[in-house]
Amino acid sequence: MLLIDCPHCGPRNSTEFRHAGESGKSRDVANSTPEQWRRYLYEHDNPLGWVRESWFHASGCRRYISAERNTETNQIRWVVPFGAPAPSSDADKETGV
Amino acid sequence: MAIASSTRKGRRPARYSAFDIFRRGVTHSDWPRSFDQHELKKSYDAVIIGAGVHGLATAYYLASNHGITNVAVIDKSYMGGGGSGRNTAIVRSNYLTPEGVRFYDRSVKLYEDLSVDLNYNVMFSQRGHLTLAHNDASMRTMQWRAEVNKLQGIDSRVIDAKEVGKIVPYLDVSEHARYPILGALYHPPGGIIRHDAVNWGYARAASHLGVEIHQQTELLGIDTAGGKVTGVRTSRGDISTPIVVNCTAGWASTISDMVGVKMPLITHPLQAAVTEPVKVFLPAVIVSGSLHVYVSQTDRGELVFGASVDPYPSYSMRGSLEFTEGLATHILELIPSIGSLKLLRQWAGLCDMTPDYSPIMGFTPVDGFLVDVGWGTYGFKAGPVSGEQMAQLIATGRTPELIAAFDLARFADGRLVGEKGAASVGH
Repeated sequence: MLLIDCPHCGPRNSTEFRHAGESGKSRDVANSTPEQWRRYLYEHDNPLGWVRESWFHASGCRRYISAERNTETNQIRWVVPFGAPAPSSDADKETGV
Repeated sequence: MAIASSTRKGRRPARYSAFDIFRRGVTHSDWPRSFDQHELKKSYDAVIIGAGVHGLATAYYLASNHGITNVAVIDKSYMGGGGSGRNTAIVRSNYLTPEGVRFYDRSVKLYEDLSVDLNYNVMFSQRGHLTLAHNDASMRTMQWRAEVNKLQGIDSRVIDAKEVGKIVPYLDVSEHARYPILGALYHPPGGIIRHDAVNWGYARAASHLGVEIHQQTELLGIDTAGGKVTGVRTSRGDISTPIVVNCTAGWASTISDMVGVKMPLITHPLQAAVTEPVKVFLPAVIVSGSLHVYVSQTDRGELVFGASVDPYPSYSMRGSLEFTEGLATHILELIPSIGSLKLLRQWAGLCDMTPDYSPIMGFTPVDGFLVDVGWGTYGFKAGPVSGEQMAQLIATGRTPELIAAFDLARFADGRLVGEKGAASVGH
């Protein structure tokens, strides 16, 4: 079981959430080339380790949240409301599990 | 890129036969090792990453069909320890796209002859495969698949609930079920196989032909010069080679990143479980897309269950309670009489999911770096044909027609091969 500490609702089982993909991808609808669209649509970092991602609290507050999770251990380092800045860089220096 | 065939030959294979069992029983002579161990050499004609069914089959067909034996298969863990030993061993070819159907049908054909080809009993049991439909949309998809299958010469047809009940008497085909069974796509050549035997059989046959299999040999990096592969670095030393084939599942993105090739993959765990053994009662493989479950009974009598992939990407192979809860709920809808069976164990394997549920095979922008990845939840059943086709591609330097549709460039050209309707359980 993966416990996600929703900043709006508190700790909840991940089954309440829908995974919404890696963070940080953006597109420029008006000016993108087909190659940029392809990258936006299909290419993923898919990292083994820490990843910043979005979740949608489908069975809770129905709001998007941002999190940093380790894909190898499923440990979650922080969760913040969607769009809020990531916690201080101290956390980034941790080596994790 | 074509490679000349090597002159080096492996040692003469010791053939398995009934007579040999008798002879060794009488004389108490030892069985020879199934495959050889070697020191890592400084150079190979090709290095294959991943000693699973895809890597081993590629090595075997390189040696047997093309005479290329100066090949190393390296794996950071043990042979067949990834998806090749974690899948639910179902083989079928009733896919949705003509490209997919032709490709997987070739695999079924190779599997049919594999025991003889490899001189290794892979226990392929073509007991029939039923994909249940619980609603009108599923029935339409089944009809669609059946028509595509028939056009490609595959034995595949839609049957009604009554006939389903005749084939599998223990299924609840009544209309009072929570999700009544309306019918099914019936695929008689589908079945199950012993996946470990497939891995070991390919390894033994490839080793006899001179291919080297290096377990506990982790890939640390891939060297390139001027856009061409020149060698690999491993935990046991460096190797120079012009060709590296990425035959991994789960680590396909990580390895492709080593040469800067981005892959359209997202890695999800897929869980499976097995019950205690009971007397054989389930005569076919049962799949229900709507209920997210598939089940077959092994020759030992255990029921093997699988489901759809976990709902979020991860490389963790820990099981979850949600999986077993969901599994039990759904399977008891289908077969209520197994309510008192106990699960023996559950496990997970890693699935590299592509956007169109079809694999990625062939060349990449880096010369000499080939991929056979993106095998999602359907990699094991494609092992033999992937090995055969990748071997042909390596030996000739040209993409065989059978896998031309599955190239990496299709994502740039907009030629996706949409298999979700037939390859994903939870569609």
